[in-house]
Amino acid sequence: MEAAIEAQELTKTYPPAVTALDGLSLSVEAGTIFGLLGPNGAGKSTTVRVLSTLSRADSGSARVAGIDVVADPVRVRHAIGVVGQKHGSDPEATGRENMVLQGEFYGITGRDLSRRVAASLERFGLSDAADRRVRTYSGGMQRRLDIAMGLLHRPQVLFLDEPTTGLDPEARVEMWREIERLAGEELMTILLTTHYLEEADRLASKLAIIDRGHVVVEGAPSQLKSDLNGDTIQIELAEAHDAGARVALERVPEIDRVRLDGRTLRARAHDGGAAIPAVLAALEAHGVKAMSVTLARPSLDEVYLRYAGRAFSQAQTEPEEVAA
Amino acid sequence: MTPLRQSWQVTMRGIRVFMRNPAYLAMTLTQPIIWLLLFGALFKAVIRIPGFHGGSYIDFLTPGIVMMLAVSSAGWTGMGFIEDIHGGVMDRVLVSPVWRGAPNAGTVIYAALMIVVQTALIVLLALALGAHYAGGVGGVLLLILVAALLGAAFASLSNGVAMLARQREALIGAVTLVLLPLTFLSTALMQESLVPGWIRTVAKFNPVNWAVVAGRAAAMQKIDWGLVGSRIGLLVALTLVCAMFATRAFTKYQRSL
Repeated sequence: MEAAIEAQELTKTYPPAVTALDGLSLSVEAGTIFGLLGPNGAGKSTTVRVLSTLSRADSGSARVAGIDVVADPVRVRHAIGVVGQKHGSDPEATGRENMVLQGEFYGITGRDLSRRVAASLERFGLSDAADRRVRTYSGGMQRRLDIAMGLLHRPQVLFLDEPTTGLDPEARVEMWREIERLAGEELMTILLTTHYLEEADRLASKLAIIDRGHVVVEGAPSQLKSDLNGDTIQIELAEAHDAGARVALERVPEIDRVRLDGRTLRARAHDGGAAIPAVLAALEAHGVKAMSVTLARPSLDEVYLRYAGRAFSQAQTEPEEVAA
Repeated sequence: MTPLRQSWQVTMRGIRVFMRNPAYLAMTLTQPIIWLLLFGALFKAVIRIPGFHGGSYIDFLTPGIVMMLAVSSAGWTGMGFIEDIHGGVMDRVLVSPVWRGAPNAGTVIYAALMIVVQTALIVLLALALGAHYAGGVGGVLLLILVAALLGAAFASLSNGVAMLARQREALIGAVTLVLLPLTFLSTALMQESLVPGWIRTVAKFNPVNWAVVAGRAAAMQKIDWGLVGSRIGLLVALTLVCAMFATRAFTKYQRSL
């Protein structure tokens, strides 16, 4: 199947010297949801800006729906829908007025436009609020309007840039259902950026973890998790930086990787459950006191830790997001 | 056809917001009304200066106040772009295949239409205060047209500044900085033969003065078409230059994304 999005070696630097993209390549199969996962400032939004013709890469090339984004941006714009991080609607206008203006921008006019707008508002549950000003909408309603606007011209490829950021849990789950429906029923290609691991895990059939402007690993979520090959045993120690604990675990044959962060000791084992007795025995033999032991199946967090070289939660707290 | 249609849709967006809150119009007229009343009272005796010709000072002043109003009203146009940039509307517009000139053209048309309404009301007020226009209705319409043209130039300029600065404070500063010098370095408040020589020289290059001169000539019984035409020509040229500036600022904004 032909790729709906194809990016090769994209680079982009913002003056004075912020590298947003550093040789980013990715390929998204048509009709799938592709998740772009990474902390703020990793380059997710810049990738979306470049692929959606809003911004230009310094080098590299990209094709969306088979069209080169630099050579023929107008055709790309007709083929894509974009729902940005911020609400793209005019708060002083009604939902319907926003939709109509959006349609006009895509060259849809007259009765065709008013029919489409009405159907679309209906579909997103906004019919009753259609003639109210958007400033009176709840966060979830505004987000639905954003998506309705992005879909009005029936794009082949939809970019969703952190679609659930700022939504309450209920609205988030509702949004997930909507996104699944788009890909399932409408066979749309969706590129989704998120910094929620569970969101990527649930929605994306394939995902790329990006860090510092390039893809560090790519694959199906289940594949990425099983590639980690095994479980993580997490042990809370009584004392921080107890080096003896590390030495003790490294001698256990079932354990293949050990990592100590303060009081938290993480060890990987092919079959974590079976390794726990040996682990506890080894700790005891070395006089290390363990407060608790938990066994974790591989999560995307682990994938992230492995490939980005730092825990996802750690990466989150770094200062950044260039050119918001 | 499509560019025109899309620009008009952008204009309509402004008009709809305005229609929902028509009281806004009264707010925008407060300042020019104060100017008209205050300057009118303050400089009433000006007509007694030897060498001042023409009727009452209010006759003389009205075209000046109308142009001041056009500049200040148009000056705020870029505020809409700044809101749009911060609210995400601008990005959504730019990822659509809309004609790139539509946001500027649409908001400039809106600004010009607002100025037509505003200046018409100010002229009516001046008439109520005793001004009279020998040029009749045609002359007044010409005056309003010139004001709209001046406003169109400054609306583009404001949009351009907004795209480059992207901050409300910067635009407020720019409008405040520009308005009074442009007014005082013109013949808006004082007859040309009575202002210092250096101001007369500067005024030759001041677009507000072009508009004031044309507007005032339009109010005369016998319109000096050479004078009006040449000033309108200059204003048309300026409007085009400002529109080009706004387009460049747009490109520059997009490059920075």
